[in-house]
Amino acid sequence: MLSIRNIVKQYAGHTALSDVSLEVKSGQIFGLLGPNGAGKTSLIRIITQITAPDSGEIYFNGEKLNQSHIDRMGYLPEERGLYKKMEIGEQMIYLARLKGLSRDEATKRLKVWFQKLGMETWWKMKIEELSKGMQQKAQFVATVLHEPDLIILDEPFSGFDPVNAEIIKDEILELNRKGATILFSTHRMESVEELCHSIALINKSKKILDGPIRDIKNSYKNEIYLVEYEGTRISLNGSAPFEVIEEMAGVDNSHTIRLKLKAGSNSNDVLQYLIPKARINMLHEVIPSMNEIFIEHVNKIA
Amino acid sequence: MNKILLIIQREYVTRVRKKSFIIMTLLVPGLFAGMFAVIAYVATDKDKTMHVVSVIDNSGSFKGKFHDEKFIKYAYPNQSLASAKTALKDEDDLLLNIPANIKDSVQLFARKKSTLALADNIQGQMNDIAMGASLVKAGIDTANLHKVKSNIVIKPTELTAAGEKNTSMGATYALSFSGAVLIYLSLFIYGAQVMRGVIEEKTSRIIEVIVSSVKPFQLMMGKIIGVGLVGLTQFVLWIGLTALISHFVGHNASGVNSALNNFVHNLGSDAGYELGCFLFYWITGFLFYSALFAAVGSAVDSETETQQFMFPITLPLLFTYILSVSYLFMVPDSPLAVWLSMIPLSAPVAMMVRIPFHVPAWQLAVSMGLMIVGFIFTTYVAARIYRVGILMYGKKTSYKELVKWFFYKE
Repeated sequence: MLSIRNIVKQYAGHTALSDVSLEVKSGQIFGLLGPNGAGKTSLIRIITQITAPDSGEIYFNGEKLNQSHIDRMGYLPEERGLYKKMEIGEQMIYLARLKGLSRDEATKRLKVWFQKLGMETWWKMKIEELSKGMQQKAQFVATVLHEPDLIILDEPFSGFDPVNAEIIKDEILELNRKGATILFSTHRMESVEELCHSIALINKSKKILDGPIRDIKNSYKNEIYLVEYEGTRISLNGSAPFEVIEEMAGVDNSHTIRLKLKAGSNSNDVLQYLIPKARINMLHEVIPSMNEIFIEHVNKIA
Repeated sequence: MNKILLIIQREYVTRVRKKSFIIMTLLVPGLFAGMFAVIAYVATDKDKTMHVVSVIDNSGSFKGKFHDEKFIKYAYPNQSLASAKTALKDEDDLLLNIPANIKDSVQLFARKKSTLALADNIQGQMNDIAMGASLVKAGIDTANLHKVKSNIVIKPTELTAAGEKNTSMGATYALSFSGAVLIYLSLFIYGAQVMRGVIEEKTSRIIEVIVSSVKPFQLMMGKIIGVGLVGLTQFVLWIGLTALISHFVGHNASGVNSALNNFVHNLGSDAGYELGCFLFYWITGFLFYSALFAAVGSAVDSETETQQFMFPITLPLLFTYILSVSYLFMVPDSPLAVWLSMIPLSAPVAMMVRIPFHVPAWQLAVSMGLMIVGFIFTTYVAARIYRVGILMYGKKTSYKELVKWFFYKE
């Protein structure tokens, strides 16, 4: 879908992107992660052709990125905004027509969306008469009205209350099911784990990590498990197939241990060792959250 | 290209639908009609009440010598000043007291303030009478003198290919003036509208959505052309409505009609030429300046910050305008006027001043050529600043930065 190759972008005084390459596969939800000022918005602006890279190339469906691809993208910028004094219906039709839709088609689709999101009564209202949340909702519709193949969302959930954020999340998932590829940037990790198939982590203008989310997480698990048991505290000796990292006493005679497997052993060995000694409530592998990976990486570089 | 049309359409429609546009459109012709009415009213002799001036002549040299005019009659009652004063009852009547020695001041009494025109009339007549008397005393035959006294009125006649043509200097000046004023005002009004439009898009942050659909250059040109069309629409409506109003009002007050007719008549056979030049300089001047205004709008975050950039843009325009209406129109062929009408910064205003006085074809051609080159140049420069400026938020821009933006690659 989108192949980003060796993009370099420099502004006077600083480098926004240095040699960034990414592959976004068709039908994916792709998360672009990174702290503020990492270069996410710069990259997005290059993809949306608002600016051009100093060097490097972008391919859209195998073709070199050009003007004709603009109509196939929908872009929701981080800084939201619409014409304050213009009626919503008219404004959204205008924006859709700028993306190549006919007036009739835009009107038809807009009616469907307004109904779906409970916005029918807004048609004749001006943007300045709406609340911030309502404006955001309207802008989201404006972004996807022309049914783009690639939807680019910069911090899509900022500014939404939890209810509307949920609605928007569902809409994003539905658009993705219908075949749209979605690229969004965020620094909120929980939404990444919920939504994304793949991610790329950008920090200080460099890509430091990318790939399918499952692969990344798997590569970061290092045989650490969490076990909770009930009964008297087990005193361990060297024969256990693991090493204890941390031990915590819980309520009601329960104990939790955080352990790391010894080389050659697996989780079954742990259970076989513990079952005769206590009642096991729970055993699960500790997989680092994206948040932890993110922080670890950013700090490592810094 | 299609997208530029869409942008032009939006810019045009949203502005034309605004209340302020409709109010301005209706108000200005109303003001114009009112202005014509006042001119017509002033022009026609408005003092239509009959005044009787009672003359108490203590010198004896004025009695019976005043001649009556349409609304002023002179009477010579045999009364003392005091009794004549009490006898003066009618508000419109006056009492003229001429002292024995004419060197003493002559007094004019009235129940209300006498008008300047009235006092002028009496004073003029008295001077004529006194002078006549002095001339006779000096032995000069006044009858002969009247015969040889010159009464020169210049009738301006222009030699054209079509033959001699009567022209009115006044109308030519008026044309020269109004052309300059109209261009000056509209460059400011509509240029500022372009700037405000750019700032609005920037502050509302819709700019990023738009430039992800169209190129910044398309957006800028769409806005400039859209606003320009709004300006042209307003002019056409103003002219049309003014003509319409004066046509209807004309039935009641012939003065209004004749004032307008006069003006139109004096445009004469050159109306097409003058209107064509006006249109050309309006359009190219607007394109020239509004591109600069757009660049300024893109470089700031709010209208209050525009001052530092506005100054160098408005200064040449203001300078030319003041010079034009105070000096250039008197010397339309002076080297200064010629130079100013060549430089694109000042040409739209300066050339309009010169147009009614007939500009040599080569000068007009050079000026127009430079205008076209000029607006292409400013549009190019402005577009380069604009494309960077619209995406820069929250920091104060310096001239140095503008230069840097200009040299940015895409």
